[in-house]
Amino acid sequence: MQLQRSHIYGVMGEFATPEELIHAVQKVREAGYRRLDAYAPFPVEGLSEALGLKRNLVPFITLLGGLAGGLGGFGFQYWAMAITYPLNIGGRPLNSWPAFIPVTFELTVLGAALSAVFGMLALNKLPQPHHPVFNVHRFSHASSDRFFVCIESRDPKFDLAETARFLQSVHAHHVSEVSDD
Amino acid sequence: MSAGQPPFDSPEIRRLTPVIGPGYTYGSVTDKISSIVLTRPTSLGWYVGFLIAFSLMGVMTVAIGWLIIKGVGIWGINIPIGWGFAIVNFVWWIGIGHAGTLISAILFLLNQKWRTSINRFAEAMTLFAVACAGIFPLIHTGRPWMAFYMAPYPSTMGLWPQFRSPLIWDVFAVSTYGTVSLLFWFVGLIPDLATLRDRSVQKPLKIIYGMLSMGWRGSARHWHRYQSAYLLLAGLATPLVLSVHTVVSFDFAIAIVPGWHTTIFPPYFVAGAIYSGFAMVLTIAIPLRKAYGLEDFITMRHLDNMAKVMLATGLIVAYGYFFEFFMSLYSGNKFDVFLVQQRLHGPYAPYYYALILCNILTPQLLWSYKLRHNVAVLFIMAIVVNIGMWLERFVIVVISLTRDFVPSAWGRYSPTVWDWATFIGTMGMFVTLIFLFVRVLPAISIAEMRELVAETSEEKK
Repeated sequence: MQLQRSHIYGVMGEFATPEELIHAVQKVREAGYRRLDAYAPFPVEGLSEALGLKRNLVPFITLLGGLAGGLGGFGFQYWAMAITYPLNIGGRPLNSWPAFIPVTFELTVLGAALSAVFGMLALNKLPQPHHPVFNVHRFSHASSDRFFVCIESRDPKFDLAETARFLQSVHAHHVSEVSDD
Repeated sequence: MSAGQPPFDSPEIRRLTPVIGPGYTYGSVTDKISSIVLTRPTSLGWYVGFLIAFSLMGVMTVAIGWLIIKGVGIWGINIPIGWGFAIVNFVWWIGIGHAGTLISAILFLLNQKWRTSINRFAEAMTLFAVACAGIFPLIHTGRPWMAFYMAPYPSTMGLWPQFRSPLIWDVFAVSTYGTVSLLFWFVGLIPDLATLRDRSVQKPLKIIYGMLSMGWRGSARHWHRYQSAYLLLAGLATPLVLSVHTVVSFDFAIAIVPGWHTTIFPPYFVAGAIYSGFAMVLTIAIPLRKAYGLEDFITMRHLDNMAKVMLATGLIVAYGYFFEFFMSLYSGNKFDVFLVQQRLHGPYAPYYYALILCNILTPQLLWSYKLRHNVAVLFIMAIVVNIGMWLERFVIVVISLTRDFVPSAWGRYSPTVWDWATFIGTMGMFVTLIFLFVRVLPAISIAEMRELVAETSEEKK
């Protein structure tokens, strides 16, 4: 595939098995490339480590969501039952906190679950209907039986011909240019 | 245990009953599961089944329409039996949902590989069961258009829901459960929707699945966060599922009515929920694997394990019945003793004996390896347990309400044709949704099956 335009997103190599993919990613990183991503039809064990991904923010966001749900839930019940609409029922305490626990628990879980899902989507910048990698015809296999590595053109070491050759040298089955539009 | 059965979970039994048939690759599992949605022609059986289910759903629509016109007087409820079918069916449906979350969350945390091929449709079953369950309390209010009163919203009257009431706990528990189940299900679906997007040929399908998949491209960075989120959701759903039926049991246990006011209710309701839920998963899985030739994915190992879970939870339920009975007698409380007598000899005694037969005696057949591996027997057993669990809720709701403290407050309950129409109608709705689900979405998680292929191929090396 020859591209006339100068806008290149990167170069993509295709692999047949998760082992090949991890091997290739390790080689690519050893060669000094840093701006790259791997694509797989299922979460491949060891791939995050090979790519050098650090711990992500999803658990922290989930914790915040859970705390907000729990504290907000309890605080709201206290405010509604003891402050804004106090009902004196036989002199029982207005802050009957044990009775507030079920709703507090449910709202903790709700807050945490919503922030886990929407936090994950936001950090992944999804929904994102289009991405340059979809320009590669064979990339449709990334959701069934093929594994891909894409070295991006913003990598300082990137050189179209050189990088493509390098991917071939780590046994990529196909190497394609990824156009940026 | 029958002779000649290999020891539990030995390599031998894994070889005999694998979690996936031999010889599958990433491509072939993808092809096989996605073809059900994308390329296979819709069978005549699907149309016939869908039509029957959809007609039953129509019956529900008519029954609810008539209810809204006439009011809850068309049902068999009266004073003192104000709860009747609506609550019996609510508890039954919500319990059925629990197996879906148990399979998708708890078995995920326990790293049970056999959950992979059944979790997707079990989660769908959860969602649809919660939808059916939600209808009942809503229409039982008599004025469903006023149901928003249960939500805490700033009204001009300055009123708030009574947060000390188990009925409000129920609103929060069930709506949270529905929401979290939907999120869990949808997050699991995202990679599979991307697969369907990439494999569908027609433009409209590409666009619809493309929008639903939100542009998922399988990036390693995305998977990294995705796995965190999925694990956290599983961790959150686990206590949630245990809390939901606990809160439902509080609707009963917090009241002082004889037969309801017991501390054993929360655990025994949760066990009963999982029991009925696994029965429903089997009821769906057995025809599904047959109709779509999925015997290699939903193997005998799955059916056998589900039967074992059913047997175990059934025994917990039996323990609950026994202690309910024992504590009533041991306490010496005359209302509780009287209630036990009413269960054994009262006007509703046949229901109680049918319940014991369905829930305790029949499932003991599952001890037999041979019977657990007989698909027809398992299917019948699952139906029996479904009926038994419905009877349990009937016995709890109706016998206690018809025989509480003062003879002048005793009564009788019999459901009317509208009660039955609504109940059978929700079953129609449930089956309709299941039919639509297997037609338009992958009933088995494709991404997780590929992972399973990767893991099992590693084991062989």
